[in-house]
Amino acid sequence: MSKQINVALIGNPNTGKTSVFNQLTGLNQKVGNYPGITVEKKEGICKLPRGVKAHIIDLPGTYSLNTTSLDESVAVELLLNKNDKDHPDVALVVSDVENLKRNLLLFTQIKDLKIPAILVINMADRMSRKGISIDIELLEKKLNAKVALVSTRKGTGIDRLKELIADYKNISKVPNVDTTAIAPDYFERLKNAFPKEDVYKLWLVITQDVNFMPIQKNLIPDTSSFATKSKSELKRLQQKETILRYQFINGILKETYKVDVNAAKGFRATLDKILTHKIFGYLIFFVILLTIFQAIYGWSEYPMDLIDGFFASATEWVKETLPPGVFTNLIAEGILAGIGGIVIFIPQIAFLFLFISLLEESGYMSRVVFLMDKIMRPFGLSGKSVVPLISGTACAIPAVMATRTIENWKERLITILVTPFTTCSARLPVYLIIIALVIPEGNVLGLSFKALTLMLLYLLGFGVAILSAMVLNKILKIKSRTFFVIELPNYKLPLFKNVAYTVLEKTKSFVFGAGKIILAISIILWFLGSNGHSDDFKNAETIVTKRIEAEGFNTFSESYIENKIAEYKATLPIMGLHESDPAYQDSIALHTVVLEERALNQEIASYKLKHSYMGIMGRAIEPVVRPLGYDWKIGIAVLTSFAAREVFVGTLATIYSVGNDEEETIKHRMAAEVNPITKEPLFNLASGISLLLFYAFAMQCMSTLAIVKRETNSWKWPAGQLVFMSLFAYIVALIAYQLLK
Amino acid sequence: METTVADLKRGQKGIIKEFTENLLPIKLLELGCLPGNVIELVQVAPLKDPIYINVNGSHIAIRRSMAEQIALDIVEEEDVVL
Repeated sequence: MSKQINVALIGNPNTGKTSVFNQLTGLNQKVGNYPGITVEKKEGICKLPRGVKAHIIDLPGTYSLNTTSLDESVAVELLLNKNDKDHPDVALVVSDVENLKRNLLLFTQIKDLKIPAILVINMADRMSRKGISIDIELLEKKLNAKVALVSTRKGTGIDRLKELIADYKNISKVPNVDTTAIAPDYFERLKNAFPKEDVYKLWLVITQDVNFMPIQKNLIPDTSSFATKSKSELKRLQQKETILRYQFINGILKETYKVDVNAAKGFRATLDKILTHKIFGYLIFFVILLTIFQAIYGWSEYPMDLIDGFFASATEWVKETLPPGVFTNLIAEGILAGIGGIVIFIPQIAFLFLFISLLEESGYMSRVVFLMDKIMRPFGLSGKSVVPLISGTACAIPAVMATRTIENWKERLITILVTPFTTCSARLPVYLIIIALVIPEGNVLGLSFKALTLMLLYLLGFGVAILSAMVLNKILKIKSRTFFVIELPNYKLPLFKNVAYTVLEKTKSFVFGAGKIILAISIILWFLGSNGHSDDFKNAETIVTKRIEAEGFNTFSESYIENKIAEYKATLPIMGLHESDPAYQDSIALHTVVLEERALNQEIASYKLKHSYMGIMGRAIEPVVRPLGYDWKIGIAVLTSFAAREVFVGTLATIYSVGNDEEETIKHRMAAEVNPITKEPLFNLASGISLLLFYAFAMQCMSTLAIVKRETNSWKWPAGQLVFMSLFAYIVALIAYQLLK
Repeated sequence: METTVADLKRGQKGIIKEFTENLLPIKLLELGCLPGNVIELVQVAPLKDPIYINVNGSHIAIRRSMAEQIALDIVEEEDVVL
């Protein structure tokens, strides 16, 4: 077995830590979760010189080892716990060239833990532009550590960094700062109480302000023996410690780090002035949002049509190629229909994640926080709530996790509670297909009605989120101190590699995460839809044939045959046949027979479906959904959507392909459905809007409920969300349908 | 009334004197907001709050209420190196 060492990447947010990680590991990475908690764990493998392999963990960004959030405490936990299998043999502290001072604070803390540390100074390509020069050699000597100057953008310095990692045994473990100097008596007592433990480690464990995890508290058997320090005294000591570290750092940087102030300003200041301007700032933000929605709707239409067509022909191919039977039906009607219903949305979801990651990477997102903070506060939200609300347009799950940056518990709770109202990517499939069906063609100001409807739905989601926040702000009586600190990082041109990885990773997890549920549900639905126990189901063929012989086709089939004949007639002259030809009438007669046969099969299939297990269940819930303008099939789709919204399209696709003999795209099938009572198309403006509104508001996502439970540590909040949102959705959809029908 | 960060005008600088209350989060200190350091008001949000400061090379936004807890001496001249 070749030797493998553990390497931890740690650093402030916005230092390009993830870029270093991507440079080192390439595609040899995976993203998971730390056991039991929802903090993202990124790890990968990197080959080092001399046959050494490194297992690299990208720890959550942190400004210091004094943790204030769950994400940060994960980093500290790993650094403190020598027994953890991922405990690093060497730590890479990533800094960017401009904020070296601040990053060195973290570096000196890590050195105090006696973990071999390499200082990685990233963004070296910016140095000349910013007028920065660093004496690396002197810095290494002063810090008694190894320093690697890299540029992940240009790919320079990575080889030397790999050399340094492989050579980790030669890195000094001597601390830079003597923390005990801030309170010699106190640390002396601490040392005497636990002679076996490292004092700095003890100090860290004592001062952690972490209520999230049982972080190493058990390391100290009895805290009371040195609980002489009150909480505010501890805080004062932490303050002293920080000052002490900065004294050391300032001393070093004075000799090694030079910056020409005149070169440093300019671009950033100008851009800040425009992007946070009282008019242009908001205008630009609005235009960016508009562009995103136009892109999601307009640009992805073409690839989506291709995918839709592909799955339709794949289903046909399976039916023609494989021997007929239950297994073929399962593949064609259950599995393929279900998978097609999810794969089709890859283009949109990829676009959405692309834009969100561009906004994050460029540094623009934190300007939005700055712009929006005051506006959000009357609603009980913070500027930082904007990030969850925007990333909620991708998925509520990471959005709920993103609320961790909100320091104030009340603001955070309200953000968590209202985030599921924002239009997540799982709603997108439902919206898109219904918009395509019921919203007319047309343009206004270069934007299509369809894109505008989509935009309105997004705005509606935000609007209701904000309104409910206002209500919650009035209802919830929680007192907590307001902190609000956000870094406004320098603007960066997003790195293609980082953006590409994010888009790939998120799309993949959407497809596979949702895909599993959808596949399972599709198979169950297919089974329920193609089996039944009643006599009606078993004798469907005879019953329907007899009825058609006696009463003729139903109105839907009649119009179907009429339309198809008309279409067929139109093609005949092109083929050289005219009304005067005897062959003309013959071929029409022949074609009619074919169509009648098809119509018969369709009527049998839909009769069977109606009397299958699924039909029985569907008709049981029909009274509940009928006032909203839905038939029992949509009712089933809405019901299964409570597992996850995106199941809707897959479910309808499965239902329709079971109840339909002809292979067509999902869109066509839905357009052909007729409301049994009104005899009009089932998906019309009234029922379409009603469905759109229902999906806009209902809490139909088990994963979100689970994550809210985890983040709020109580079932009270997710249960409230489920009941309130779904009831609200039902009422709004009901009103909309009754008004529009 | 003591002069605080909240009193700075855009582009104006000051040297941090002390914190009027002991409630400032440690995170702010770690970002370099410590007595003796120079603080510059870079930008004010459209609705006057929050404010965008540069302290110790860190560009951060804080709310006015927090800024009022950081007392400082305003520096008039230009040649302060951050």
